[in-house]
Amino acid sequence: MAASHAIIEVQDLVTHYGTRRILDGVSFRVPEGQVTVILGGSGSGKSTLLRHLVGLQQPSAGQIRIKGRDITRLPGGELTEIRKRMGILFQSGALFNSMTVGQNVALPLLEHTQLEPSTIQIMTRIKLQLVGLAGFEDFMPAQLSGGMRKRAGLARAIAMDPEILCFDEPSAGLDPVTAAALDELILKLKRTFRMTILVVTHELPSLFGIADHVVMLMSGKVLVEGGLDDLRASPDPRVQDFLARRPAPEHENAEGYLQSLVGA
Amino acid sequence: MTELLTAMGRRALSTRNDLAAAYRLLIRVAARLASAPFSAKGFRWPATCRQMVRIGVESLPIVFLIAGSVGMIVALQAATQLRRVGATIYVADLVGVSLTRELGPLMTAIIIAGRSGSAIAAELGSMKVSEEVDALTAMGLDPVEFLALPRIVAMGIMLPCLTTLADVVGILGGVAVAWLSLGIPVANYLEQTLHALLLKDIFSGLIKSWVFAGIIAGVGCYQGFRVEGGAEGVGRRTTASVVASIFLIIAADLVFTLIFYVLG
Repeated sequence: MAASHAIIEVQDLVTHYGTRRILDGVSFRVPEGQVTVILGGSGSGKSTLLRHLVGLQQPSAGQIRIKGRDITRLPGGELTEIRKRMGILFQSGALFNSMTVGQNVALPLLEHTQLEPSTIQIMTRIKLQLVGLAGFEDFMPAQLSGGMRKRAGLARAIAMDPEILCFDEPSAGLDPVTAAALDELILKLKRTFRMTILVVTHELPSLFGIADHVVMLMSGKVLVEGGLDDLRASPDPRVQDFLARRPAPEHENAEGYLQSLVGA
Repeated sequence: MTELLTAMGRRALSTRNDLAAAYRLLIRVAARLASAPFSAKGFRWPATCRQMVRIGVESLPIVFLIAGSVGMIVALQAATQLRRVGATIYVADLVGVSLTRELGPLMTAIIIAGRSGSAIAAELGSMKVSEEVDALTAMGLDPVEFLALPRIVAMGIMLPCLTTLADVVGILGGVAVAWLSLGIPVANYLEQTLHALLLKDIFSGLIKSWVFAGIIAGVGCYQGFRVEGGAEGVGRRTTASVVASIFLIIAADLVFTLIFYVLG
């Protein structure tokens, strides 16, 4: 596959929570206009990595270059400009509960543009229709189901037509049909708007459905980076266990079991 | 021995981190306050007015009830003592001066700390837990400007108003006691009150209430933004916000009383 231009480059990223090292020298690239999946089990550091990519956390060391600029060293004003070109869908949708769905989607437009309120209203309706929530502008987030809240959050994330769109575990809490519909939406966004899409997940069906590029994390380190074929062909047994949904072997002898009980 | 020192050291470090975070918030609030009128969208008056209604208008019933009761209590206690020397008319002086200088600001601040200060901490804390604060940041908006500033400004406008109304209602409570229990005509009582009140009594009370407003809203925002760990965390920080507010209010009151005493 032809190497496409990398819109995000992460280099030797290290980060801690207190004294615990969460990311241990992570390096990878996110190609432009494609769907990159950050894959990993629980505790692999993938959600922390996503938070760093949108500037919500500062690393202990390393660089994150978005469109060539290192966001770990940017002053506030320039970081805001980059944020206006990015959208992120949080795990629970993170809608503002004191506002209606329509007001949520319109918020970035109201704050960052000088558009007329009537224009903003039209754009809000367009985005809501894109995610399949036409007519729900006046509903409060509490009145929506979990899947609908995610879609409303997505409408808000794409309100400003971002170049980079991030998803934090989009299938979490969704039934398989709704999750598949969300995957379809992700692919539609990639094709129609040529967005660069970054998905953090551990769901294998989604992975095989949407990924062009995969970065697999375990315990804060990158195990594999490449296309789906590179992933499937990886010689690392941990990768193969993950793909085959094989749990790690428990203690296979009595001696080991007893030692683990007494904390030896 | 080393354990004791380690525990003390850890406590000192965590206190230092708390104070550093509080200081950082203070600086950010001050910076936003200065720059808000000149920012792209100007100062957020709609959000501030909504907060003013919630903090001020909705607190009127409880403030009136308590202020009226305290006014009557002070009048009765004063009357018991002054009756011995046949000087019950000075109940008016005592109620008027003690309410405007001390009890009005203090009482109102404590009521509002329990009512609105806890609401601020709970609201902001819930928003932090559901990732709404992160969503604002990722969208390129400043949570301090968007969430904290309207609440702090609203408190700064409403608390002095509530204090003034509390003073008036408290004095009316004294009127009721004087008329019904002491047989002092309303007109005489009010004339005596106005005669006793100096402008500096009223001003010192208002300056205090203004500082108390900063404490209540500031502590509420600080605790709210630091919530971690779900519903239990929200509960803990909300409680901490009320306790800390009341403690700081009384400490500030002590400082003020000393200053005014020295100044005469």
